[in-house]
Amino acid sequence: MLREDVESATQRTLTRTTRLLGTLRLDGPLVAGLAAIALYGQFVLFSSSGGDWESVLRGSIRLGLGALLMLALAQLRPGLLRRITPWLYLAGLVLLIIVDAIGYIGKGAQRWLDLGFVRFQPSEIMKIAVPMACAWLLRERPLPPDPRTLLLLAAVILVPTALTILQPDLGTGLLILMAGFIVVLLGGLALRYIALLTVSGIGAATIGWFFLHDYQRQRVLTFLDPQADPLGAGYHIIQSTIAIGSGGLFGKGYLQGTQGQLDFLPERTTDFVFAVIGEELGLVGVIVLLGLYVFVTLRALFLASQMRDTFARLLSGSLAATFFVYVFINAGMVSGLLPVVGVPLPLVSYGGTSMVTLLAGFGMLMSLYANRKLAA
Amino acid sequence: MGIRGRIKDFWIEQRLFEQRALATVFIVAALTLVLLSRLIWLQVLRHDEYTDLAQGNRVRIEAQPAPRGIIYDRNGAILAENKPAYQLELVPEEVPDLKATLQALARIGLIDADDIDDLRRIVRSRRPFDSVPIRLFLNDEDMARFAVNRFDFPGVDIRTRLARSYPQGEVAVHALGYVGTISESDLARIDREQYAGTSTIGKVGVEAAFEEQLRGRNGRREIMVNARGRSVEKAGGLEAQLAAIPGDPGTDLMLTLDLEVQRVAEDAVRDQRAAIVALDPNNGDIIALVSRPGFDPNMFARGLTRPEFRALNENPDQPLFNRALRGTYPPGSTIKPVVALAGLTYGVVQPTEPHYCAGWFSLPGSSHRFRDWRPRGHGTIDLRTAIAQSCDTYFYDISNKIGVRRLHDFMAEFGLGEPTGIDIGGEKAGILPSPDWKKTVFKKKADQVWFPGETVIFGIGQGYMTSTPLQLAHMTAVLATRGKNYRPRLVRAMRDPETQKITELAPRPLPRPEAGKPEDWERVIDGMLAVMQGGTASRSAAGAPYSIAGKTGTAQVFTVAQNARYNEAAIAERLRDHAWFVAFAPVEAPKIALAVIVENGRSGSGTAAPIARKVMDAYLLRKFPPPPAADDRVAATATAVTEE
Repeated sequence: MLREDVESATQRTLTRTTRLLGTLRLDGPLVAGLAAIALYGQFVLFSSSGGDWESVLRGSIRLGLGALLMLALAQLRPGLLRRITPWLYLAGLVLLIIVDAIGYIGKGAQRWLDLGFVRFQPSEIMKIAVPMACAWLLRERPLPPDPRTLLLLAAVILVPTALTILQPDLGTGLLILMAGFIVVLLGGLALRYIALLTVSGIGAATIGWFFLHDYQRQRVLTFLDPQADPLGAGYHIIQSTIAIGSGGLFGKGYLQGTQGQLDFLPERTTDFVFAVIGEELGLVGVIVLLGLYVFVTLRALFLASQMRDTFARLLSGSLAATFFVYVFINAGMVSGLLPVVGVPLPLVSYGGTSMVTLLAGFGMLMSLYANRKLAA
Repeated sequence: MGIRGRIKDFWIEQRLFEQRALATVFIVAALTLVLLSRLIWLQVLRHDEYTDLAQGNRVRIEAQPAPRGIIYDRNGAILAENKPAYQLELVPEEVPDLKATLQALARIGLIDADDIDDLRRIVRSRRPFDSVPIRLFLNDEDMARFAVNRFDFPGVDIRTRLARSYPQGEVAVHALGYVGTISESDLARIDREQYAGTSTIGKVGVEAAFEEQLRGRNGRREIMVNARGRSVEKAGGLEAQLAAIPGDPGTDLMLTLDLEVQRVAEDAVRDQRAAIVALDPNNGDIIALVSRPGFDPNMFARGLTRPEFRALNENPDQPLFNRALRGTYPPGSTIKPVVALAGLTYGVVQPTEPHYCAGWFSLPGSSHRFRDWRPRGHGTIDLRTAIAQSCDTYFYDISNKIGVRRLHDFMAEFGLGEPTGIDIGGEKAGILPSPDWKKTVFKKKADQVWFPGETVIFGIGQGYMTSTPLQLAHMTAVLATRGKNYRPRLVRAMRDPETQKITELAPRPLPRPEAGKPEDWERVIDGMLAVMQGGTASRSAAGAPYSIAGKTGTAQVFTVAQNARYNEAAIAERLRDHAWFVAFAPVEAPKIALAVIVENGRSGSGTAAPIARKVMDAYLLRKFPPPPAADDRVAATATAVTEE
């Protein structure tokens, strides 16, 4: 009797939760995955900040704001996202041009737009506006896209990419390029074009090398041989690989990482937090986190594949893929596989706007999923 | 695919997306595998290596310099010790800009701007993680000045260290030596590990020769440091688990020097250019070793300033020059007793056989006259008188009869012409000439010929022959003990500072000269006794309650280095003969043998012999004259004050 009671109570709770999530237009598994990553992130933040409750509090507030935004965006009416897409893209483009112009006049690097009460980077908007614009363009056209459409897409992607790289912000520029390109890939870009782009991409990178700023070149060189400048630019990579490597299978223990706690690890709460996990929680801790990331990515891809509308599908699919690419770039950079580019570890790195924009993206995805039966 | 103008087919597009999504899943899986392989590579396969690197990051090994051994005289008086002192140290790898830092330190007056280049060289030659002392002996004011500005100087800190101190100042400096700043050439030959945290090393004298024992062995202590190199007790949940390896303090040395006798000897030649070596002929123990002028070794221990070094180095009296070991002078008549013993040994002369001295000597078939120091001659004399009056013609004759080769070999047995092997470094060999020697030294064939006349003057210690005061003291000691021969030494015993166990060092005997019968030795010693009794130095023996055997000598000075250091009066002064005196006492059972040289002192009997007497009185009678009147400069100041 008792057991049946417990079972039925559990059942009731589950049903109620499902119903609540449905009402809130949220996807249970996806929310659970995101929440697990975020909590893991807060747990690590306490250690990486040196046991600072204030950082954890601020991180949680930011997390809460992101969650609220996600919830709000999930409630968006069908079609609204699609309708605002061209305007969002154009606004982003104008702001990028303004930022570049200010930078040109002021003869210095310029990424931020200061509106007095808030400062933000227009290039951040473009990370989401470009894939939206690409999905929007592809929606009305037959897939796979024909060459004319491809040219149009190229312009839509490359203009903001170029403007961002000019700021100069190579890292974000490449992320924008990638976000747009993923939409085109998901849109069914023919394999021969992919091959062509790969070849010309390598060519462009070679030529682009000559246009890079010294500090950007330095980053690439340092990546290729960190030991060449162990106390300067190579320091980050060397120290983070030492942290991860010395963590071993099970890590040195929570709060016990020597590299992190003694400040050898640079930017350990933000871009290099992955190394703290590797050091203190070991390979096991890292695998758990990567597993959560893969789960969220796959769940989001699955949700995308359930959508009937091309815009919704492409946008959602690109959000999922981009999310994973961020994880890969950050983990690859911290473990010395990729050059150092300023990409935070999604939902775990402290500070910045990335946590909020990521959760906003997932909010949009869930809104699109909630309306999956409709042509958005 | 891609039929132009075709309308959208939602079902095909759905399939297309699903294919692409599936491809994405594969790519995600592939990239995840790439990451995992990298992580397994780092965390499993190369884990040990990275653990070492992380350990190397967090733990810094700090050297704990061992206290240097203390040096005592034979009675336990301290000659060199260690005193705590504050010093400014710098860790090279923590200093962002070395030049700027040193310049800033110079601006606040903590270091001398002239020393910046030298300091940079020294700092750069050290290991980047070792703390390098850059300024020793800070006073309170220096420390306050640094404390106010310390935040401008990352990597620079004040440390308390034991610094070398010489409580006796100048006394015995040429025996003791000193420690000084480790130079680049020192660094090339030493084990840097053992000098971490130390800025000084024994440079000369006992301090250098016994560096190994005095230094001890550095201890090591692990400290946990953060990325800025600061030592940290605790960080996050991290607590230091650190090891400490204690070092061994340096071994204490007991010298053979007798500080009180040394003082008397130094005072006796305070304002001269002179050297005295007194030793115990029964074991080679050096009782006093003086070279004047001297200098204060504490100057070196705390780091010489440039003007100080220039003053020492350019002083025409050469205070840094160790005359006792490195001054090579013609021994003059001091070797006559040994020549006499050679004559007796080879049978070319009988002790009582009369010799007529007319004031000159000529080789057969030659008209060249070798003159006696007394122009009218000594008349008819025997061996005893010849020594007592230092008759030159007598010894011209003997050495001519012995021949240069035999004379050379005989004198070599008394340690002349080669280093005595004293237990500190830097000793010179002097020259004991011979035809073979001439062949090795002169390049031209014509110059290599040994002339008979050169044998003649060899017998009175002139010509090519040179000796150090140490060699003559040693020679006198061998004469005194009738052939017992020991290597001179300064270190008598060593003491382990922890167990206080004293290890006595055995005297080091040398081969006994194969010379003469016992009565021959007594004949020669009798001649030296006569020197003090009615002979050349009799005034210096007046009133002595013990018997003295001695021999005076003068070394002719032919040239003076012609340079701007000397004015004419000084040149005239420096062309005077050097005054020699060698002696031992008591004659029956010798306890002390010594050699004294006073540069440009003119007369062995007038200048050098009275000095020797003071030293012998001090050692044999424990008679210590009051030190000479206080420093002239102080006296002059005092006078000036009274006059005002």
